[in-house]
Amino acid sequence: MVMTFVFAFIVGGIICVIGQLLMDVGNLTPGHTLSTLVVVGAILDGMGLYEPLINFAGAGATVPITSFGNSLTHGALAEAEKHGLVGVLTGMFEVTSSGISAAIVFGFIGALIFRPKGNID
Amino acid sequence: MEKEQYQQLEQNVTPKPPYLKNVAKAFFVGGFICAIGQAVSLFYIIFFNFTEATAGNPTVATMVFFAMILTGLGLYKRIGQFAGAGSAVPVTGFGNAVISAAIEHRSEGLVLGVGGNLFKLAGSVVLFGVVSAFFVALIKYILVTIGVVSW
Amino acid sequence: MVIVFQSKPSLLAGGVVAGPLENRSIFSQYFDSVYDDERWQMKTNEQGHRKMIEEACEFAMKKMGVQKGDINYLMGGDLVNQMTPTNFAARDLEIPFIGLFSACATSVSSVIIACLLTELGAANFSLAGASSQHNAIERQFRYPINYGAQKPQTAQWTVTAAGYALIGKHREEYPSIEAATIGKSVDYGMDDPFHMGAAMAPAAFQTIQSHLQQRNQKIYHYDLILTGDLGQLGLKLLKGMLVENGVKNEELTLLRDAGAEFYGQDEAFQSGASGAGCSAAVFFSYVIQQMRAGSYKRVLLVATGALLSPLSYQQGETIPCTAHAIEITMK
Repeated sequence: MVMTFVFAFIVGGIICVIGQLLMDVGNLTPGHTLSTLVVVGAILDGMGLYEPLINFAGAGATVPITSFGNSLTHGALAEAEKHGLVGVLTGMFEVTSSGISAAIVFGFIGALIFRPKGNID
Repeated sequence: MEKEQYQQLEQNVTPKPPYLKNVAKAFFVGGFICAIGQAVSLFYIIFFNFTEATAGNPTVATMVFFAMILTGLGLYKRIGQFAGAGSAVPVTGFGNAVISAAIEHRSEGLVLGVGGNLFKLAGSVVLFGVVSAFFVALIKYILVTIGVVSW
Repeated sequence: MVIVFQSKPSLLAGGVVAGPLENRSIFSQYFDSVYDDERWQMKTNEQGHRKMIEEACEFAMKKMGVQKGDINYLMGGDLVNQMTPTNFAARDLEIPFIGLFSACATSVSSVIIACLLTELGAANFSLAGASSQHNAIERQFRYPINYGAQKPQTAQWTVTAAGYALIGKHREEYPSIEAATIGKSVDYGMDDPFHMGAAMAPAAFQTIQSHLQQRNQKIYHYDLILTGDLGQLGLKLLKGMLVENGVKNEELTLLRDAGAEFYGQDEAFQSGASGAGCSAAVFFSYVIQQMRAGSYKRVLLVATGALLSPLSYQQGETIPCTAHAIEITMK
C-alpha cells in the first residue's frame, strides 16, 4: 500500500526528470518536450512495455503525459485486434478520452469563471 | 566586434541553467503530483468500484480538474516556474496548457477566442500522440499479419 | 549619420503611468501614477493598455497646462497586434498621429521624429512615447499568462507602463535634445526570445559607438549613458563589448540600463525589465526629473528594441535588433 505511493512518486519523478533534461540540455520548448514524451509513450506501448510500468507504478505511469501516447496506442491496438486495419483508426480514442474531454470541459468552465492576472506571487 | 567573437562573449557571460537544481525540483514536484494521482485513483478504487486498470481515466480527469483551479487562481504558473518539467509533464500540465489558453482568449469570445485557441499549446501533444499511435498500431498490425509478432 | 538639432527642441514634461507590479520598481516614486488594477478597470488588457497611454499623455499635457487641441502631433507605439492600443488611444486623443514601431526602442524613435517636426517648424507641441502592458504582450509573444512554463535566468519581465514626453520649442529651463542617432537593424545571430538582452546588446553598442564617434565625444563627456531594456545580462554584454573596444573600466560606471535597475535585485524578475514601456517610463520620469534637478547635465538615452515577432521566431529566424539614441543636455 505505502509502496505503491513510493513507486508512483519515483517513476513519475523520473519521467519528469527526463522532461527537464530535454528542456535544459536538449534546449527544447515545453511544447516540443511534451510532444516527444507522448511519442515515446506510444512507442513503448507498441512494444508492450508501458502496461507493465503502469502495473508497477500506478499513477506514476498514468499521470505523466507519456500515458496519453500509451492509451491512444492501446485503444488502437485493441480495436485492430478485433476489427483489423480499420480498428487502428476507430479504436484510437476508446481508452484515452478522459484526459482530453476533461481538459476541454474544464477549459471551457475555467474560461467562464477565471480571468488572467499578471501577478508574480 | 565580430559575430563569432560576440557569440563567444555571450557564451561566457550567460549563466547555464542550474541543471542539478532543476532536475531535483522536477523530480520532487513531478513525483509529488503522481503520488497525489495515486491517492486519487485509490479513492476511486475504494469508493467507486474501479479496478487498478480502469481507475486511470477518472484519475486523469480529476487531476485536470485540480489543474483548472490552480491555473485559474494563477498558482500553476508559479509552480511551473519552480518545477519546470515537474509540473509540465504530468497530465495537469496538459490541462494547464489547455485551460490557460482558454482563459487567456476569453476576451475574444467563446467561439473565436476560447474555441479557436483551446488547443493552441496542447494541440501539438494531441497531434503527435494520435499520429504516433496510428503508426505504432499500424506497424504492429502489419507485423502481426505477416506473423512476426502476436497480439 | 548623427542628427544635430540646431534649434534644440526641449523635453517640456513627461507623463508616466504604470501598473500594480511596477510599485516594486525602484523608479516608482518618479511615476505620475501607479494604478492598482492592471486593466485600468477596462474589460480587456488591450483596453487597459489604451487607457494607460491616454492617461500618460494627459499627465504630460497637464504639467505644461496645454490642451489636446494645442498638440500638433502624437508619435508613439506599442507591441500589441498592429499597435492596437496606441491606435485606439490616438482615436480618443484626437491628435494628428503616426504610429511607430521600433519595438522597445519606440520611446526614443518617437522623440526623434517629434524633434524633427519641431525643428522643421511644423509643431509647437508634440507628444512622443511608447508603452507596454505585461499581459497583452506576454500572450502575444510568449504564452498565456497562466501557463506554467519555466522562464530561464536570462528572461526579462515585460513592464506595464506608458511613458509619453511633451516636446516643444527650445526653452532654457528644460532639458533639450541636441542630437540623435537612428540605429541600424543589427543581427548577431542570437535566436533565443528568452534572452533578449544578448540580442540587443550589439545594437546598443553600435549606436553608442557611432554617436560618440560622429559627435567627437568620449563616454566621459556624459554624466550618464542610459540604455533601455538590456537587462542585467545585456548590460554586462554591452560593457564587455565596450571593454574590447578599449573603453576603460572607470568609464563603465557611467553606463546604466533602465531594465536592469527597474525592479531592483528582485530575482523573481530574472534578468530585469523589458518592454516598450520600460525605457519610456524611466526616461520620461526619472531622467527628466533628475536633469531638471541638476543632477545630470548631459545624458545619452539609448532605447533598445528587439525586432522579432512570434512568426519570425517560429520560422526559426534570428532576432534583429535596433537602438536609437538621443543626446539631452541641461543648462
